[in-house]
Amino acid sequence: MINEHLPALIIGIPLLAAFATPLISKINDKLRNIFVIGILGATLCLVISLAFNVFNNGIFVYVMGAKSPGLTLPSGYKMPVRIILEVDGMSIFMAIITSIVSLLGAIYSWAFMHKETGKDKYYTLLLILAAGMFGMEFTGDMFNFFVFLEITSIAACGLVGFRINRGESSEAAFKTMVMYTLGALFVLFAIGILYGEYDALNIATLASRIRYTMLDKIALGLLVTGLAMKAGAVPMHMWVPDAYAEAPAPITMILVANSQASLYGLFRVCFTLYGLTISTYTLGWIIIILGVLSMFIGVTMALIQKKIKRLMAYHAISQTGYMLLGVGVGLAVLSDANALNTYGLKAMEGGIFHIMNHAMYKGLLFLTAGAVIYATGKRNLNELGGLAHKMKFTAIFFIIGAAAIAGLPPFNGFASKLIIYESVYKFNPMLSVIAMLVSILTLASFVKVFQSAFLGPEIIEVKKEPKSMIFAMLCLSVIIIAFGLFPDIVVDKIVAPAANALVNSMQYIAAILGGA
Amino acid sequence: MIDNLPFIACAILVILGLYTLTFKRNLIKIVIGLNLVESGVNLFLITLGYKSNAVAPIYTMAAKEEMVLPTPQALTLTSIVIGLATTALILSFTILIYKHYKTIDASKVRRLRE
Repeated sequence: MINEHLPALIIGIPLLAAFATPLISKINDKLRNIFVIGILGATLCLVISLAFNVFNNGIFVYVMGAKSPGLTLPSGYKMPVRIILEVDGMSIFMAIITSIVSLLGAIYSWAFMHKETGKDKYYTLLLILAAGMFGMEFTGDMFNFFVFLEITSIAACGLVGFRINRGESSEAAFKTMVMYTLGALFVLFAIGILYGEYDALNIATLASRIRYTMLDKIALGLLVTGLAMKAGAVPMHMWVPDAYAEAPAPITMILVANSQASLYGLFRVCFTLYGLTISTYTLGWIIIILGVLSMFIGVTMALIQKKIKRLMAYHAISQTGYMLLGVGVGLAVLSDANALNTYGLKAMEGGIFHIMNHAMYKGLLFLTAGAVIYATGKRNLNELGGLAHKMKFTAIFFIIGAAAIAGLPPFNGFASKLIIYESVYKFNPMLSVIAMLVSILTLASFVKVFQSAFLGPEIIEVKKEPKSMIFAMLCLSVIIIAFGLFPDIVVDKIVAPAANALVNSMQYIAAILGGA
Repeated sequence: MIDNLPFIACAILVILGLYTLTFKRNLIKIVIGLNLVESGVNLFLITLGYKSNAVAPIYTMAAKEEMVLPTPQALTLTSIVIGLATTALILSFTILIYKHYKTIDASKVRRLRE
């Protein structure tokens, strides 16, 4: 019984709980924290059980409001008329990331937000943000995707500007909101164009009808621009350092997952919606160039930053480039079966694996930065020093995160970057060389942070980091090391199904339209 | 040609909005620019479903006449509601910025870059 309704429950439970949170806050603060963590924990369990279902039985379809949840085409109709949730390997992969990150964010927030006011609104927005991300990942309907995109935008901007006592927060939130809204409007415009041409909003139906006319090219351009804007790829990256630096640390971690959810939207559009009709070579190269630009500009800007979270935010842009590079190579060779099998699919696996790894180690790094700011109240690297004396755990976690982001073995960043280097080298050696160069610059930048923040004599007053913060960071570190030690298992079990789901867009369409 | 007028109006609205977003430095005007783009997109959606001489798509007690397409109207309604929420939120950020910086000139609101 419950199995049939899993996708709807995963979106619905956090959404309903979000609006119950302010009421429970009235009773007791501690009860509210337990409630939020419990809800997100339950969602994680549901996501995992849905994941088993998807990996064993293939694509999971859920029709909202139909007599039976699997009924996509009611008698007499040739096209789906209801809102359909469609969960394939890629969607569930993203949902696993979202649920882990939001659960750990809530746990970390317990101590981190302890002294702040307005926590009921904070947790409400956090749950709405999580629900919106699940919605974006599960939906099989373009307009529905836009609605969830806007839900995450509004919740995310509310959280970026959460500290209204700082002018900088409002400034960052304003900038982010303009970029998010503009991106979402581009997406809506594109959806309008597609609807006007093909009279459908369902992704599978659209994909089966698309002809690639001039208007479709415009729509594709708008979709790629809008979604890349929200994913934070260069040259639409101006909001990323501001938003990531000003949001509370656990929110920054969830914002990273949010950017990745729009990255998922970008991949879904390129592969599923347009994958059947066009030679994707040009589109693939556009994505690759976006990726290389993001990698290089992100890391060079990071080298000159002095504020700890702003520096990490520029690295987040740079790492997004790796994902775009890996998946872009797969997209460029999509129509060439031979190249796809020899290195295209491998490159995509690398790019997709990097999405998960990035969410984990970047989350960990932002949490350590949050712990540093919590303990010292300072954001500028020049004012920090000698933190390793008091904050032993944070220092260790920082080393793990920094080694993972720089791609050192045995951490997870190494595993995914190695796959990307190897496969991209066969496509174009130059790209692989740039990717390695960026990795070295990343390492240099984090060595600088570690040296100036954690080493040296004790020069400032430091509080000890609380237990809930250590617990969240420990969970992420364990995941990072486990993925780094056993990358084969992860790639075979969850990454390969995700890459295959993107490549075989025919299956996605057939799940709705029945063998069309 | 005359049928395409609404589409031309959409294009003009969107381009005006993008112009405002790029070249104006007043935060309120930036919000107005966003709203212009949004109106253009909404008008575009409504135009898609329009049919001349048709009635509103309400089935109860309706005479058997041609109706305009209801889906774009539902989409536009949703999009207007979302637009209201974003505008309200972004204007509240503008108020906060004015409180902290005593200005709404975007070229002076740049503590983050320092």
